[in-house]
Amino acid sequence: MSREVLLSRETPRPRHDRLGLGRALAIAVPYLWLGLFFLAPFLIILKLSFAEVVLARPPYTPLVEWLDAAGQIAPRIRVNLGNYALLAGDDLYIRSLINSLRIAFVSTLIALAAGYPLAYAMARAPESWRTALVTLVILPFWTSFLIRVYAWIGILKDEGLLNALLLKLGLIAKPLVILNTDWAVHIGIVYSYLPFMVLPLYAALEKQDPALLEAASDLGAPPWKAFWTVTVPMSLPGIIAGSLLVFIPAVGEFVIPDLLGGSGTLMIGKTLWAEFFNNRDWPLASAIAVVLLIALVAPILWFQRQQAKSEGSAR
Amino acid sequence: MNGRNRLSAVTVSALVFGFAFLYLPILILVVFSFNESRLVTVWAGFSTKWYAAVFSNRQLLDAASVTIRVALVSATVATALGTLAGLALARFARFRGRTLFTGMVYAPLVMPEVITGLSLLLLFVALDWDRGYWTVTVAHATFTTAFVAVIVQSRLVGFDRSLEEAAMDLGATPLRTFFAVTLPLIAPALAAGWRLAFPLSLDDLVISSFASGPGATTLPMRIYSQVRLGVTPEINAVSTLLIAVVAVGAIAATLLQKRGVVRRARAEARQNGRENG
Repeated sequence: MSREVLLSRETPRPRHDRLGLGRALAIAVPYLWLGLFFLAPFLIILKLSFAEVVLARPPYTPLVEWLDAAGQIAPRIRVNLGNYALLAGDDLYIRSLINSLRIAFVSTLIALAAGYPLAYAMARAPESWRTALVTLVILPFWTSFLIRVYAWIGILKDEGLLNALLLKLGLIAKPLVILNTDWAVHIGIVYSYLPFMVLPLYAALEKQDPALLEAASDLGAPPWKAFWTVTVPMSLPGIIAGSLLVFIPAVGEFVIPDLLGGSGTLMIGKTLWAEFFNNRDWPLASAIAVVLLIALVAPILWFQRQQAKSEGSAR
Repeated sequence: MNGRNRLSAVTVSALVFGFAFLYLPILILVVFSFNESRLVTVWAGFSTKWYAAVFSNRQLLDAASVTIRVALVSATVATALGTLAGLALARFARFRGRTLFTGMVYAPLVMPEVITGLSLLLLFVALDWDRGYWTVTVAHATFTTAFVAVIVQSRLVGFDRSLEEAAMDLGATPLRTFFAVTLPLIAPALAAGWRLAFPLSLDDLVISSFASGPGATTLPMRIYSQVRLGVTPEINAVSTLLIAVVAVGAIAATLLQKRGVVRRARAEARQNGRENG
């Protein structure tokens, strides 16, 4: 082993030194940009979540006051825990967080159930078709998210196309109420995020050697058993990646519950939006953002580890 | 076992149902943009009057122009930043703060838009920047950079470094090597990144709503406020136009890329012929 390690360590070294300035730039420019426009804003959210709402511009109290009432310099830090107390005490906020997690979880399961057969079929389709099939899965991304959600309003309405079809077929006697319920939100999430589920699943399934299934069946396993004991475990990385890519954004989703859900559909993203735009309570909206972020830290870290792992294995 | 590559009935029906689910809603939306009636659910004959309504709607056209200008600039900035970030991630295994850097590059991919939007707005207020065209552009460049970085990085992972080393051994400076060797080789990834960043910006509602100010209403913001008032065929018509623009762009890009590939293959063939002959 020593020879190989030595070689791989020693050859690139001088190049790196010669790359000095370029290297520094490639790191520093995006670092500074993301630090200023991605990281710093989070610190501001954190700070603001401890402020109080006031009728002013900007509509919140400063965290540090430099002057006292008499105009003397007397720095004083005012930390207000009231926003968090309100979030913990008011049923509305707790319910909207739990509801978001529940709706995102159920939608992820439905997306997995709907996406797996599609990804499986794509991976088993003739090789010459596969590029075209992948393109067909990606293509809806290029059409606006808002428009794709909007399209479902006309389908799910009481007098919408789905009800018209079901009535005509005689399957139902009176229109189903789907729009403005949690069901519509589930449908919207599954529809919008299905490609996120299908692509990692497909990537995992496509790599599998069909000879493994043949081996299983030669050893006497019925197809379903071969599927459960060979195909599914081997596609686990795809299942995890796809589920996280659906679950994480679904928890904080705003557009889908707002357009497809009813007034009773509480979701945390919608609550944050309402606190900010309707009630103009910026500190409370910030506190909600902090809570949402804490709820998502575990899945986001998990996702990052998955990314790092696949990055490592690709090398 | 038979039919490893033959299509079974199950495979075909999974494909048919899957793609029908993905495409039928969009198809229905397009069809009803040509509906004579104001109702979006009852067909009353062919008409293009909703398109005429779109083109005489000043507000929609203004919003469209803002949106396109934001998307052009922000996608370009994001491509530059994302390329640098992708290079840093793929090339430099160790530098101070790499963990934080990796986190900042990947996190926007999964960050809820309401949080990104709110945090950026608070930053702009803290910096006392007037909200408008530029703040929306900066916000879009920031959240789309991550997508470009991931694409560029994945391209660089399978990259043959001996070409760069050859260039430098022949005396090219690192900068010259980058522009003469590295950049042309990863150019397809840059193009792909730009093509992803552009529609993401075009499409964004939530982050724009936070980052925007008076005079910088984007098309999704305009569409959203109209949708809240009710479903009208005019929105179907705008949507169809947007879909058409994006579809034409995607097809053109694919064709151009194919032509590039063919041309390169021909040049290579010619070169080989010369060498052999």
